[in-house]
Amino acid sequence: MLDAARLRADFPLLERRENGRRLVYLDNAATTQKPEAVLRAIADYYRTTNANVHRGAYSLAIRATEAYEAARAKIAGFVNAWAPEGVVFTRGTTESINLVAGSYGRAHVGRGDTVVVTAMDHHSNVVPWQILCQEHGATLRMVEITEDGRVDLSDFGTALERRPKLVAFPYVSNALGTVNPAAQLAKLAHAAGAVVVVDGAQSTPHLKVDVQALDCDFYALSGHKMLGPMGSGALVAKPELLDAMPPYHGGGEMISRVFDDHSTYNKIPHKFEAGTPNVEAAVGLAAAIDYLETIGLERIAEHERALAQAAIEQLTQIEGVTVYGPRGHRAGVVSFTYGDIHPHDIATILDQDGVCIRAGHHCAQPLMRRLNVAATARASFYLYNEPADVTALTGSLVKAGALFGYVPA
Amino acid sequence: MDTSPPEPRLSALYQELILDHYRRPRNKGALEGATHSVSLNNPLCGDEIDLQLRVADDVIRDVRFIGRGCSISQASASMMTQLLKDRTVSQALTLAARMSAMMQGDETAAKDKTLGDLRALAGVSKFPVRIKCALLPWNALTDAMKP
Repeated sequence: MLDAARLRADFPLLERRENGRRLVYLDNAATTQKPEAVLRAIADYYRTTNANVHRGAYSLAIRATEAYEAARAKIAGFVNAWAPEGVVFTRGTTESINLVAGSYGRAHVGRGDTVVVTAMDHHSNVVPWQILCQEHGATLRMVEITEDGRVDLSDFGTALERRPKLVAFPYVSNALGTVNPAAQLAKLAHAAGAVVVVDGAQSTPHLKVDVQALDCDFYALSGHKMLGPMGSGALVAKPELLDAMPPYHGGGEMISRVFDDHSTYNKIPHKFEAGTPNVEAAVGLAAAIDYLETIGLERIAEHERALAQAAIEQLTQIEGVTVYGPRGHRAGVVSFTYGDIHPHDIATILDQDGVCIRAGHHCAQPLMRRLNVAATARASFYLYNEPADVTALTGSLVKAGALFGYVPA
Repeated sequence: MDTSPPEPRLSALYQELILDHYRRPRNKGALEGATHSVSLNNPLCGDEIDLQLRVADDVIRDVRFIGRGCSISQASASMMTQLLKDRTVSQALTLAARMSAMMQGDETAAKDKTLGDLRALAGVSKFPVRIKCALLPWNALTDAMKP
């Protein structure tokens, strides 16, 4: 395992105490804390480099542009993108998926067509497709999941018989921690003639991602879930697809020439980056990638697997606790319920001990319906979590049990 | 493992009476002949309530609810239905205002006997994110009573 106690010292916020207790931050699937290196990169950018990018003719603006484009190249390398120009900066996964729906989808999905998603998708990989399908008279087909929370491959095959225009799925489930066989799903979808969109919000921070090996067409990621700033993210796409797509937002930067009644557009990726971009976010995300690469994604994945395994072992020893999702290969996300104690009550009780978990539907209401629960409690781990955090979680949960009469007080 | 007793704030929040209403909700289920019904949910956390009332001559003759959610929202709904029967609409709305005041930390409201079992929820005022749970059924009530 990683020396998490030492890594923790790199994160100023984790030094804080919450409700008088050592902060135990277990909501990393929602967002992650930021290391000093990222905070410094953002401050340094504003102290030494800030100017508008791709516009100024002076040295400062050239340096800002270089920092912005270096961040793009860094992301491209991190996920083995097809080319740096296949990396479009966005506000995060949600905007990336909306970009694909609003540009590729709008151009290619028509009446009678089918778009396929899965029942474990986050709302951000469901609702943009619902809107597109409603507006274009297409059908949204949701692939079922198995009882242990994996994509039902037989139903996936049945859905592909409709020859969908587009297939979207998460690499890693935010609610269950399931690691989907993304390369296999992409291959099957391609064989059926579909374009493949992978929601990489929960995979990019935690696994070594290689989009070319996955052979998807679009890959969406969020920076804030991988130690980077809020509002940082990217759409990684095959350049030839991006090149042929109509623009998404109109404005400055995305144009080549503007006439009174029409315009011609800039080259990719700039065609999809209308307006002044969030350069601070790009620079901060690049610093986060440096930090992650120094540790190594394989080691991070292994560390989280160990924590999740320990959490599952300890949680299932508490009578009345149910853990959801696959028992085998999974990411560092553990969703559970405890008897009839509502997850929000669990979260409030744990908070008094400084333990931050998520309680709710995890923006995955179709999944919650299939699990037959209204909500779950979710602990999600990252590189700075220690075995002591797992003990704090289960210790506090026993207190919740006592308050609700499950264990003697 | 930390075996210290739960904090006083937590014990105040999760009183016996609240857990009793959570586990044995009063007036739960559909209401025959309802004249008013409102469904509300809290999209953030998923608490749901479907409140049904039978109002005649400006008096709440009967009230029932269907719902699911946390102990606070469900106990609040159960306690509310106990209080509302045979009240006039204006009395019910006064109670809603008292309940809201108690959630804002108003100590006189927390001692107001007209709130009945609901006084057990006074501790919620110390947990700002949970106030919306306690008020969900009351918001359904005020929505339902809108002319």
